[in-house]
Amino acid sequence: MSAPERTAPSAEPTSALAIETRGLTKRFGSQTAVAGIDLAVPRGSVFGFLGPNGSGKTTSIRMLMGLVAPSSGEAQVLGSDISTGVGDVLPRVGALVEGPAFLPFLSGAANLNRFDAADRWAPSATRRRRIADALDAVGLGAAASKKVHAYSLGMKQRLGLAGALLMPRELLVLDEPTNGLDPQGTREVRSLIRSFADGGTTVFVSSHLLAEIEQVCSHAAVLSAGALVAQGRLEELAGEARVRVVTPDAAAASTVLTQLGLAVQTTPADAAAPVATDAGPVVLASVGESGVDLDRVVDRLVGAGVRVRGFALEQPSLEDRFVALTGAGFDVDH
Amino acid sequence: MSTTENASGAESSAITAGLHPSSGESVAPAPRRGVGWALLASELSVLFRRRRTIALLAALAAIPILIAVAIRLSSSTRAGRGPAFLDQITQNGLFVGVAALVVAIPLFLPLTIGVVAGDTIAGEASHGTLRYLLMAPAGRARLLLVKFAGAAAFCVAAALTVVVAGTLIGALLFPVGPVPLLSGDTVSVGEALLRFLAIAAFVAISMLGMSAIGLFFSTLTSVPVGAMATTIAFAVASQILDALPQVAWLHPWLFSHQWLGFADLLRQPISWQTFGDNAVLQAGYVVVFGALALARFLTKDVLS
Ligand SMILES: Nc1ncnc2c1ncn2[C@@H]1O[C@H](COP(=O)(O)OP(=O)(O)OP(=O)(O)O)[C@@H](O)[C@H]1O
Ligand SMILES: [Mg+2]
Repeated sequence: MSAPERTAPSAEPTSALAIETRGLTKRFGSQTAVAGIDLAVPRGSVFGFLGPNGSGKTTSIRMLMGLVAPSSGEAQVLGSDISTGVGDVLPRVGALVEGPAFLPFLSGAANLNRFDAADRWAPSATRRRRIADALDAVGLGAAASKKVHAYSLGMKQRLGLAGALLMPRELLVLDEPTNGLDPQGTREVRSLIRSFADGGTTVFVSSHLLAEIEQVCSHAAVLSAGALVAQGRLEELAGEARVRVVTPDAAAASTVLTQLGLAVQTTPADAAAPVATDAGPVVLASVGESGVDLDRVVDRLVGAGVRVRGFALEQPSLEDRFVALTGAGFDVDH
Repeated sequence: MSTTENASGAESSAITAGLHPSSGESVAPAPRRGVGWALLASELSVLFRRRRTIALLAALAAIPILIAVAIRLSSSTRAGRGPAFLDQITQNGLFVGVAALVVAIPLFLPLTIGVVAGDTIAGEASHGTLRYLLMAPAGRARLLLVKFAGAAAFCVAAALTVVVAGTLIGALLFPVGPVPLLSGDTVSVGEALLRFLAIAAFVAISMLGMSAIGLFFSTLTSVPVGAMATTIAFAVASQILDALPQVAWLHPWLFSHQWLGFADLLRQPISWQTFGDNAVLQAGYVVVFGALALARFLTKDVLS
């Protein structure tokens, strides 16, 4: 128990999944906030839980943390079923749900003290030190005795993170952890997440700001209007490389590309990609398994009389994929 | 107290060690859960250090002070007018505390109890801290119990504040001597003070039923003012019903029925009959509304 190793060997056979849900559903009256999601969060992963506003991320997390009873479906957190109570696994879970929350008239340290006192598994002998360490870890050491009502948004967010770090955790559930943080703060959160992942902790992090978590996630799931539309390793999710050709002769270009074995995306699979630029229409074709010699593509296009104004080989960003999966519309779905 | 199954020893070994980023050595995870008194200690310290609680207690302390100063400044007090015990103050300052209780019990005291009891769960919900306490995990039943204990502690503090402040200001402004009881006997200052403490206990117990009602309303909402107002309205309604002879059959069941029934403690020999009756009545309210609060809180979706 003394060596700061990765996960200590456990007596009971533990599931390979830190979080597992089957048909997890939550209805509010007639509205379905979470529509039967099947999550599988591997232990040791940094799992991005993505989705636009109102897609059901926080509601899902509330169910996993035992705050809200599911309408149907089941879920296990660290091998323990949430219907029989997550009380005995929650001490091993650090969480930040729907933003931080504190009693404004208490200092940051006093607020953490309160949460830590509520945890019967947290030894009171080390409480002071653990609180000081957690505050230092998020860069709030100097503001520990300041009343929370005098904290800025980002300081509250950091204090919320400190609350999740009070005890050694097997699982960290962070709902929008970078909300309100300055660029340094965001970077610190990313490096904090990385350091925890390196220590063997599973990190489940929700966000709608992909760019912020893309860099740290090993896995991701995408939620849209309460339904899970994609899930898997990040590389699998981002999609395959594709070529982008800007040309006025779109039809001819498509024919050539198809002959070469590339899969032309007739209707752009992702709505974010412009179908036309100032230079002319755009043809997109995924490279896939075609094994085509990419150096020869332009040759062949030009040879076939296609006027090529632009050519690029691109790896779709997760952001493109995200928008493709969840729709480009700005309006909240419901 | 024990609300959740004790974790097996095996689980603690599964806790990942040494995650603390800033400390080189690992913080050893607790091998098992402790008794959990820390939550009660933290609740009491937050409650009684809170400025609002201090203001409520200060307002309660102001009642005997106002009474004593007003009587001291007025040249003559006509006997038989105003609340009970008021006319005795000029002879014996020790009566200030009891007189102030009689003045405070119908409205002022319930007002402060309503504020504290109505805030218990709803206040945490409105701050959003309820979800973090539950994820700590505090345990829902345990948290409710601790919250009720906090409200009960406030009942004791409130009653004591009035009696102690009254006795002190009375001793300061008026003569102090052996106290004549309602039965005509006279007791020493020491015994009178003990009896005043018993009265404070009677009043504190009197407020427990109302605290349980407040706790229940507090589990229904995340708007603390709503729970506070409803609880106070209940106290007022109970007293109005208690004054209506048409519903005399209901009177013994009203939680405010014996709020002023501490006169028995000022007789020789002392009678504990009303004290016991009142305690049973209040216990009944605590059980019923405590059970309602528990039933509600154990299944409540925490969405705040
Ligand atoms: N208490 C509630 N009562 C009714 N509907 C609710 C309630 N809480 C959430 N919802 C609905 O459930 C859906 C999902 O909400 P949720 O908070 O889980 O979204 P989210 O993905 O966390 O969004 P965001 O990115 O804005 O935080 C929303 O449509 C919302 O309107
Ligand atoms: Mg959310």
